[in-house]
Amino acid sequence: MRLSTFVLIAIAVAAVVFGVSRGIQNDYVFFAGYVVLNYIVLATAWNILGGYCGYVNFGSAAFFALGAYSTVALHKLWPMPIPMLILIGGIVSGIVGLGMGYLTLRLRGAFFAIATLAMAVVLQTLIINWDYVGGSRGAYIIRPQNLEIAGFQLPYVQYLFALMLALTVAAVAVARAIERSSLGYGFATIRDDELAAEACGVPTLKLKLIATALSGAFMGMSGAPFPYYIGYLEPSSAFGLQYAVNSIAMPMIGGTTSWIGPLIGAVLLGSLQQIATVTISSAVNLLIVGVLLVAFVIIAPNGIVGLVQERRRARGPR
Amino acid sequence: MAISPELLLNAIVAGLLLGGFYVAVTVGVSVSFGILDIVNIAHPAFIILGSYIAYIVNTRLGVDPIVVAFVMLPVFYALGAAVYEVYYQSFERRGQEALRGLAFFFGLLFITEVALILVFGVDYRYVQAGYIGPTWRIGFVDFPLRMLVPCVISLLMMGALQMFLSRSFTGRAIMAVAQDQQALRLMAVNPIRIKRIAFAISIATASLAGAFLIVIQPVEPSVGREYIGRVFAICVLGGLGSMPGTVIAAMLLGIVESITSTFYGPSWSPAVAFGLLLLTLAFRPAGLLGR
Amino acid sequence: MTALLEVSALSKRFGGFVALDGIDFAIAPGERVGLIGPNGSGKSTLVNCISGILHNETGTVRFDGKAMDGLSAHERTRLGMARSFQLPRPFVTLTIADNLRVPLLYTVHARAGARLSPRQLDERCGELLGLVGLADKARHWPRDLTQVEMRKLELARAMAAEPKLLIADESMAGLSHSEVDDILALLITLNERGVTVILIEHIMRAVMRFSQRIAVLVSGKKIADGLPDDVIRDPEVERAYLGQ
Repeated sequence: MRLSTFVLIAIAVAAVVFGVSRGIQNDYVFFAGYVVLNYIVLATAWNILGGYCGYVNFGSAAFFALGAYSTVALHKLWPMPIPMLILIGGIVSGIVGLGMGYLTLRLRGAFFAIATLAMAVVLQTLIINWDYVGGSRGAYIIRPQNLEIAGFQLPYVQYLFALMLALTVAAVAVARAIERSSLGYGFATIRDDELAAEACGVPTLKLKLIATALSGAFMGMSGAPFPYYIGYLEPSSAFGLQYAVNSIAMPMIGGTTSWIGPLIGAVLLGSLQQIATVTISSAVNLLIVGVLLVAFVIIAPNGIVGLVQERRRARGPR
Repeated sequence: MAISPELLLNAIVAGLLLGGFYVAVTVGVSVSFGILDIVNIAHPAFIILGSYIAYIVNTRLGVDPIVVAFVMLPVFYALGAAVYEVYYQSFERRGQEALRGLAFFFGLLFITEVALILVFGVDYRYVQAGYIGPTWRIGFVDFPLRMLVPCVISLLMMGALQMFLSRSFTGRAIMAVAQDQQALRLMAVNPIRIKRIAFAISIATASLAGAFLIVIQPVEPSVGREYIGRVFAICVLGGLGSMPGTVIAAMLLGIVESITSTFYGPSWSPAVAFGLLLLTLAFRPAGLLGR
Repeated sequence: MTALLEVSALSKRFGGFVALDGIDFAIAPGERVGLIGPNGSGKSTLVNCISGILHNETGTVRFDGKAMDGLSAHERTRLGMARSFQLPRPFVTLTIADNLRVPLLYTVHARAGARLSPRQLDERCGELLGLVGLADKARHWPRDLTQVEMRKLELARAMAAEPKLLIADESMAGLSHSEVDDILALLITLNERGVTVILIEHIMRAVMRFSQRIAVLVSGKKIADGLPDDVIRDPEVERAYLGQ
């Protein structure tokens, strides 16, 4: 299937999802759906660096928060439409990712992973100390009631939902495009054997930087609308534990070798968590995600996609 | 800003005492990462676990937290052996450490933190002991006992470990396994068993480090994550696999953090370690005394 | 005629251990050179320094007239240097054919004025697979290959980069008599097409048949460099490597 066809189908699916959601006369669908879509973007973004290249990023929350706080910082300077904020959030996160990557990606993957973990803590420290964006007290962003578009009043949460749908389509399309391209082959060789990759002419550092920048950018883009969604942004929610663990658990449980894995993982785990939050505490929720992550990593390292592939292979050629 | 010599000297002394404590926190990772090449980012989780166990026994039975930690050493040792077994069977043997091994340890780190939040909540916990409170004064320099006692015991522990690694057969086998597993096999020593012992020792040190931690400062579940940057910064700066390097780097970090904290405020401490880590990785990845 | 590869005063240390000590080594275009020496003498270290995986402390490597200082491994490969690894390092999550596609995409394709269409890429993959006898395994995975087949894949992958210089690092270890002949024939064919080849081997029969010149490395030093018949009669070489 050509990329353009894929994108058209994806847009069509997104349009259907939006239409159906509007049909269900319940705002909760949009609130919960936004979160699940957000996770799809985060999981897909993580997988570009983690699943395709084999470099683990533990600081997804940091990139996400960078996007959110870029919005807060700019909102005070001069307000601008959210799509612009998304772009800027992406650029900021992409540049930070690039910078950190440049410092650490020439060394082993383990050092990059450790640096991302430490970076998340440090960024949180910096934000807590930065009064301009509210520091530890947090910042309020008033969400307008409706968005006026072509004379039609769209409830703001539906607008945010639609934006996140668009971002999801973009992220998944980019992931798939990478997979089938020479970039995808390059990433795979970095994951399999970096030394042999270099010997084959693959510019490993350049490709790793591309992956880090793309991954960070998408995470930042997903964070940019967040202050509008949540209304009150404080560091502990922007840097929340759930972003760190979910952006790793979802692709690893879904399957890291293709764009479908993070999608499946995010939809499944994301929906489960949304349902569970109403019945059990959020801490137990997260505990279950953590346990699932460890269980899958030990028992089913190739995730759900891997399990399905094994089933197919076991059944033998038709 | 006038820098008074008394303030500076006190900051340095405090930094040295802090550095001694950091040695205890880092020595486990020096063994697991520096010698065994296992990226155990969950090490702070085991430390926090040690802190909370010390807290429970201290609060219920009034036992000194450091004594609790010593009693718990065999338990942590067994825990470490079990974790290594899982890690080896699931990842090391299949060559999957890079991605899946890391994710595994992250999962452990995460599960520990969330479980502790569920059981204990996010309130800060303290312990009671005779040496928390009093401060020795020598001239104008303060030696808070709650920092001095952990520092001294920590350095003693480090000394004992270093002697074990360089004098005993098992200890030298551990140093050897980092360099040549095949040679070990030819000497009829099972390298997997040696690695398991080493990893178990590294986790056992977390028991003591945990007690030191809760003696020095109040503890809540997310404190562990602050230490990841510190621990790996010290390891890398000191040079992977070098115990003396770990001590020097720990002292250095302690002093820099203490001075920053005294003159710029304590909220910047995590940034110091991270900055140091990045600088080291960028300019001298082999560390000060690295192999 | 200027040398294709020129190594001057190259030294490499690992901590206190001197792996290579002032190596001088030159190869003319189109030559077939054998490099022999006991295990641990530094042969693979030399290859790693030449190809850019390791950085030598002193000395220079000049390839095709250009100094290689500061050039990364992939840049050297793109300039025309290829090597196979002693222990095969295939890309395990890619098919056999895709393993060959990588150097085609990143080396051949990347060279100025050499862009290949997808069909041409497929054809080249097929050609190379046929050359090494792996055509029927194109869609299989490296884990499905035998030892011999993996070594052939390793060589094929180096050949896919269309190099001017190919360094074959112990590609024949553990192979049977006829398998060794297969690989030898392959390398000679390559050489006839204009590729300069350095053969690093322990199998003396192959080295003698193949090489126009032999260099001997012992404990990081080059102790002999000349015509095969002269070198094997050199008493120092006999003592250090060949045995009495």
